Amino acid sequence: MKFLRDFLDKQKPHFSKGGRFEKLHSTFDAFETFLFVPNKVTVSGAHIRDAIDMKRTMIVVVLAMVPALLFGIWNVGYQHFLSHGINAGFWEIVGFGLLKVLPVIVVSYVTGLAIEFAFAQVRHHEVNEGFLVSGLLIPLVMPPDVPLWMVAVATAFAVVIGKEVFGGTGMNILNPALTARAFLFFAHPAEMSGDKVWIAEKADAYSGATALGHLLVGEADKIPSFSDMFLGFIPGSIGETSTLAILIGAVILVAAGVGSLRIMLSVVAGGLVMGGIFNLIGANAYMQLPAYYHLVMGGFAFGTVFMATDPVSAAQTGVGKIWYGFFIGAIAVLIRVFNPAYPEGMMLAILLMNVFAPLIDHYVIQSNIKKRLKRAKAAVAA
Amino acid sequence: MSNVIKITKGLNINLIGEAEKVIKNHNADIYALKPADFIGAFPRMLVKEGDEVKAGMPLFLDKYREDIIFTSPVSGKVKEIKRGAKRALLEVKIESDGKFESLEFGAADPLALGREGVIEKLLKSGLWTMIRQRPYSVVANPKDKPKAIVISTFDTAPLAPDNDFIVHGQGEAFQAGLDALSLLTPGKVHLNIDANATHSKVFTNSKRVQINQFAGPHPAGNVSVQINRLDPINKGDIVWYLYPQDVINIGKLFLTGQYDSTRIIALTGSEVLKPAYYKTHIGVSIESLVKGNVAEGNKRYISGNVLTGKKIELDGFVSFQHTHVTVIPEGDYYEFLGWALPGFDKFSVSRTFPSFLFPSKKYKLDTNLHGGERAYVMTGEFEKVFPMDIYPLQLIKAILVEDIDLMENLGIYEVDEEDFALCEVIDTSKTNIQEIVRKGLDLMRKEMS
Repeated sequence: MKFLRDFLDKQKPHFSKGGRFEKLHSTFDAFETFLFVPNKVTVSGAHIRDAIDMKRTMIVVVLAMVPALLFGIWNVGYQHFLSHGINAGFWEIVGFGLLKVLPVIVVSYVTGLAIEFAFAQVRHHEVNEGFLVSGLLIPLVMPPDVPLWMVAVATAFAVVIGKEVFGGTGMNILNPALTARAFLFFAHPAEMSGDKVWIAEKADAYSGATALGHLLVGEADKIPSFSDMFLGFIPGSIGETSTLAILIGAVILVAAGVGSLRIMLSVVAGGLVMGGIFNLIGANAYMQLPAYYHLVMGGFAFGTVFMATDPVSAAQTGVGKIWYGFFIGAIAVLIRVFNPAYPEGMMLAILLMNVFAPLIDHYVIQSNIKKRLKRAKAAVAA
Repeated sequence: MSNVIKITKGLNINLIGEAEKVIKNHNADIYALKPADFIGAFPRMLVKEGDEVKAGMPLFLDKYREDIIFTSPVSGKVKEIKRGAKRALLEVKIESDGKFESLEFGAADPLALGREGVIEKLLKSGLWTMIRQRPYSVVANPKDKPKAIVISTFDTAPLAPDNDFIVHGQGEAFQAGLDALSLLTPGKVHLNIDANATHSKVFTNSKRVQINQFAGPHPAGNVSVQINRLDPINKGDIVWYLYPQDVINIGKLFLTGQYDSTRIIALTGSEVLKPAYYKTHIGVSIESLVKGNVAEGNKRYISGNVLTGKKIELDGFVSFQHTHVTVIPEGDYYEFLGWALPGFDKFSVSRTFPSFLFPSKKYKLDTNLHGGERAYVMTGEFEKVFPMDIYPLQLIKAILVEDIDLMENLGIYEVDEEDFALCEVIDTSKTNIQEIVRKGLDLMRKEMS
């Protein structure tokens, strides 16, 4: 790789201060550090540092999403051919899926990264790696038939309003990928909900409703079997249908220590408790639905593993994470069962708790402060 | 003896280059005292270049606390008073005459002298500057009455010297030092030992102290962690602290009446050919210490350990407080796609590298930062290596925004920059946390004075 290094070293002066392409410094830096871990050494504090950096962290999250992505590609094709009653071969299915999914991913990354690079340049920052994850999360929560221009608009909205106005990666209040989805959900409800959008180029006669859609209109008998929903052979957003694939991602995140197991478990607990309460009430078919069904329906699993655990928008204290997760699970189920306008409660529950996360942390930290003050008072009194 | 206090959070970093348990005698030509080693001190010179000095003769004093004087560790001639930018005093270099003669301060039993007598002798000989206070880690104020004095007898940092080995045979001086210290506080003198590793009778037979046992990974040896478990610092509290070799120096002053600045220093690190202990004096020059005993290549010389030590050049000197020198390779190289490759030889606590499968592997680590600085994204990382009931990330953020009240509420009085060293090592965002904490402590000291 010496020729590459030599080439970069030769080009570097042009992109440094006073060089011809000074304005593109951040862009050059992003590509350079992508290819080579920089030669920077410690100048103050600890002389040795852990090998982990933001790139490594983010690439692990991207890896964890790959099972859901691969299954999603297959399922988009599978659902399409199923609706037409065509018995297609594996490669035909995957080919159709790729044709549908790849453009969404490309549009999401190109739009988002272009904006990120522009902001980094204007702010004289290094380009942050956060969008490597957001750029893949956004396609995975889109319906397979989403128009590409919508993906571009939603991504731009998410990056600019969801993230950059707060100061960029690490400063945002809301999860950017969910911001993109919420934007489309409210701006273009026809393309983001109902029973037509969850299967790509669906045959008209075929019902494309999701389990949540069925339940909303009281057709509890029409929902797919638990095992189908767990494995993911159901219509839905590109990456959210297979709970199994998402679980594989969860194992990767937790094993690598990148995702918070604490949050994931609390969300599941919250969902089960709320579902259990409804089971006890049992006033209608939706309430009678076994609580664990909620875990495999809609975006619950995907939100639990990839969205709720976003460290920037989640609660930051250990105790706070438990409350934060519990409320997400509970509120998601609550919205599903009670609110006819929003069949999918997960997105709104996470966004709502994103907003409340700082408040939760505030109370956790206040209790620490109070403990310290109490100790000081006790010492004075003694 | 009391119960063992267990520290569960923390991290031991295993490095190559531990010192072999042999002590070599080492006399250097040049020794130096560095004013910057004493946080918050404003030096005013009392000698000029060419002056003859003896050990214990004043070199400079603190402008704002004139009773605190800093004295020469060896006898000889003032070779150079090195100044840096804005005429800041960097080093007072003493060319040793090889005799190590001391001024006579008079031998005396500290218990017979009483508190004032002990303080006077310590101030006059310059040994007072070995006693530091928490909060802020500045040299103690002789007018204060600290609520306790804490001595950590074990060092849990990577490649740290083994104090059990160092103090061997110095029980008499150690006890004399403890006797003197016991007069300085109305509270207790805490002698903290490692429940599993401390066996030296010098420590375990000590009198006029309370012996506390600790067990656990680094930073269990840090005084902040120990104080936090024994008797936490509240606003307005002052605790003094020092280390075993300081106690021995102080003990010898009372036993012999001489300032004997002998230090046993561990020379460690992957770049040292034969890591060993050296019996030398305070402020010894690095160049003489490592001569002919280091590997080729670009190296970093550190006075202290790899977590909290100071970077020094080859013509530099070991800091007043340090009994440890580490030499590791510099990491000024590029690494192709380093963040994406498996990285079997990389050290990481994060489990994103395979190193977590080999917990007892010893590493040869360099000074590469392994990435660029970012905003704080990850949470819950620092808490795993920070064994105090304090929210480290929140405290760091409070310091960054200079919120005095919040810093105080979140417990800044209880910490020192060294307590954040592990957080800094594992920080995904590559920020210089110790520097931030030091700034916070300096700000608090200014606001509170």
